Amino acid sequence: MSSTRSPSPRAASRLLVVTDVRAIDPAIGLDALIDLVIEDGLLTRAGVGAATAEIRASERAQVVSGSGLWALPAFVDLHAHLREPGQEYKEDIASGLAAAAAGGFAHVCVMPNTRPVNDTRSITVAMLARAREVGGPALHPIGAITMGQKGAELTEMGDLKDAGAVAVSDDGRCVTNSAVMRRALEYASNFDLPVIQHAEDHALTEGAQMHEGALSTRLGLRGWPRVAEDVIVARDLLLAEAIGARYHVAHVSSLGSVRLLREAKARGVKVSAEVTPHHLTLTDASVLGYDTACKVNPPLREQADVDALRAALADGTIDAIATDHAPHSSLEKDCEFAEASPGMIGLELVVPLLLGLVREGALPLARLVDALTRAPARIVGLAAPTLREGATAEICLVDPARTYTIEAARLRSKSKNTPFLGRTVTGAVRMTLAGGRVVFDAFGGEG
Amino acid sequence: MSERARFDERHLLAIEGLRKDSILAVLDAAEPFFDVSRRSVRKVPTLRGKTVINLFYEASTRTRTSFELAGKRLSADVVNISVSTSSAVKGETLLDTVKNLEAMQPDVLVVRHAASGAAAFIAARTRAAVVNAGDGTHEHPTQALLDAFTIRRAKGRIEGLEVAICGDVLHSRVARSNVALLTTLGAKVRFAGPRTLLPPGLEALGAKVYDRLEPALEGADVVMMLRVQRERLGGSFLPSTREYGRIFGLNEARLALAKPDAIVMHPGPMNRGVEIDPAVADGPRSVILDQVEAGVAVRMAVLWLLAAEPSERVPSA
Repeated sequence: MSSTRSPSPRAASRLLVVTDVRAIDPAIGLDALIDLVIEDGLLTRAGVGAATAEIRASERAQVVSGSGLWALPAFVDLHAHLREPGQEYKEDIASGLAAAAAGGFAHVCVMPNTRPVNDTRSITVAMLARAREVGGPALHPIGAITMGQKGAELTEMGDLKDAGAVAVSDDGRCVTNSAVMRRALEYASNFDLPVIQHAEDHALTEGAQMHEGALSTRLGLRGWPRVAEDVIVARDLLLAEAIGARYHVAHVSSLGSVRLLREAKARGVKVSAEVTPHHLTLTDASVLGYDTACKVNPPLREQADVDALRAALADGTIDAIATDHAPHSSLEKDCEFAEASPGMIGLELVVPLLLGLVREGALPLARLVDALTRAPARIVGLAAPTLREGATAEICLVDPARTYTIEAARLRSKSKNTPFLGRTVTGAVRMTLAGGRVVFDAFGGEG
Repeated sequence: MSERARFDERHLLAIEGLRKDSILAVLDAAEPFFDVSRRSVRKVPTLRGKTVINLFYEASTRTRTSFELAGKRLSADVVNISVSTSSAVKGETLLDTVKNLEAMQPDVLVVRHAASGAAAFIAARTRAAVVNAGDGTHEHPTQALLDAFTIRRAKGRIEGLEVAICGDVLHSRVARSNVALLTTLGAKVRFAGPRTLLPPGLEALGAKVYDRLEPALEGADVVMMLRVQRERLGGSFLPSTREYGRIFGLNEARLALAKPDAIVMHPGPMNRGVEIDPAVADGPRSVILDQVEAGVAVRMAVLWLLAAEPSERVPSA
């Protein structure tokens, strides 16, 4: 914030006080019942009794009772599709960032499969300009690895990085050509950009509609075998190791990939990985009845995969949780299964879906927070949101006990393609601060 | 039969999930209709005033004709719509087509479509009764019903029979419907074919799986050969028709492994000399044309059960 800017009339009232909140930030070893004082966008005080009687009584203070709430560092999403430019009928930067804010995110990395593809500086620049206009959580473009995501010519990664890209990926398409992948890893490492691979050997998944297994046989849907992911992950790990480049596996779905990642990390390969909430919570059985909301890529797999993914997330083999928020309209979803586009929305559903894992004991709360904050920020080189005193206020307030039903009308995303509509869940984001500002506030007048 | 099996389905979308009672109700109802087609006047008034639309998104001669005759022999008004894939691509969505047809108040929509699940998709969005006449590689329930009808007539029972289903199981909706029906009625199913054409999880459907024909044929009561699609040949699924016929085709020598009174079935259309030797297809144990005849009767039964007024729900043959 520029110091030369004259104070706006609202600036005087910029004091937010959260009292008696359970503040959890594993990056600084914090899990305590304290007060938070946020003044002019900075977390100026965090501690027991920080909200003094004088501060509480201040006319310019908005006081939120944190009783029963958690304060977490706001989240960082490594993997969202906000569809702008080109497919604004599904989502745009404004609606996508609003959804992100409601989901507790302060930072959203957006995949380059827009129309046109984000494979040049000018598109990256335009996306960032639009995001600044909109306000809200920060948007971080991911540039394409290859021009048009066609898997052949490398993009101008130096330009993309200078324009603000935080990583490169051909997400939705896999870089299957080994020579192109080798050069991509080499060239990206020149600029310290991680290469994010959508691991899918397309020759093995031609026409694939769901996970290949007993259920794809029953439903007569062409199968997407696990091994189509595993062979790419295995090859890429060998390439990344040989080159010494930073390699990141998007939306890991198979137990085979988990095993490969665990081995590679033990050898010291510079690899990181993410997993989506839906791959952690659903199996291919959700596809029964040909529910197109459950058609995603990579596909929902079997319980053994879900178990392996949960264990890998818990032990850090999988570093981060990423939404793969993929909005589609009824045009792409209210149709034959084979015609439907893959993907489901996710930005607003992370907390309600994943707190269940914590309650079940499948995931330590500290690991969940880390996987949504520090771990993803480190992968793309962002300063992680933190509850350290003096930091820019990037905080989300969660009510872990709030029970409600997920309804289309309450989702801020333009698209409503999620199989979780109608599901009763426990755990809600109540307020999000990003870049020092309140970007989502569910308290409204009641705060 | 003193007590009639009950059929209270609104649609016929798949055999999987169908109660044994419902299957038996169709097979029993088909018996009198079978005789209708052998009379000099092959028509009953049962579905007079009812409208049946055959909506076919895939080319089909046998199944479409069979449904058309079934409807006409029940005195229904039958309309055939063939939608070529090319016009569907540039034209309206499946949902819009269904909504438009529904506005014309049909009683039954008979649907064939290349997408697995298409019939269920339509059924969830229309008031008409929907009959799945083949959806992708999912199911072809009336084929399994006519196969069961044929087996029952030839063998007198289904329970306890050993049925070998051989060939391209991966792409076969006939195989999926048959394994569901046969296991529900107490038969034992064995699948056999090259491993490139055997999908995973067949055992979970209650079948035994073999990668050669011989062990599957041993002691079989029924041998059902599946069609090999031409487009699967010469690609990565199979090297050649020649080798397929030599190793996976049903000839007289292989058929000798089955029980002496085993019957031979094929849903058609056949690739003579590939999956089935002409001597077997035309031989004394072949019931392939009986299957076609049974098809009309079984489809009459299905249309009748789905569309007849409750007062008409006694075969009037």
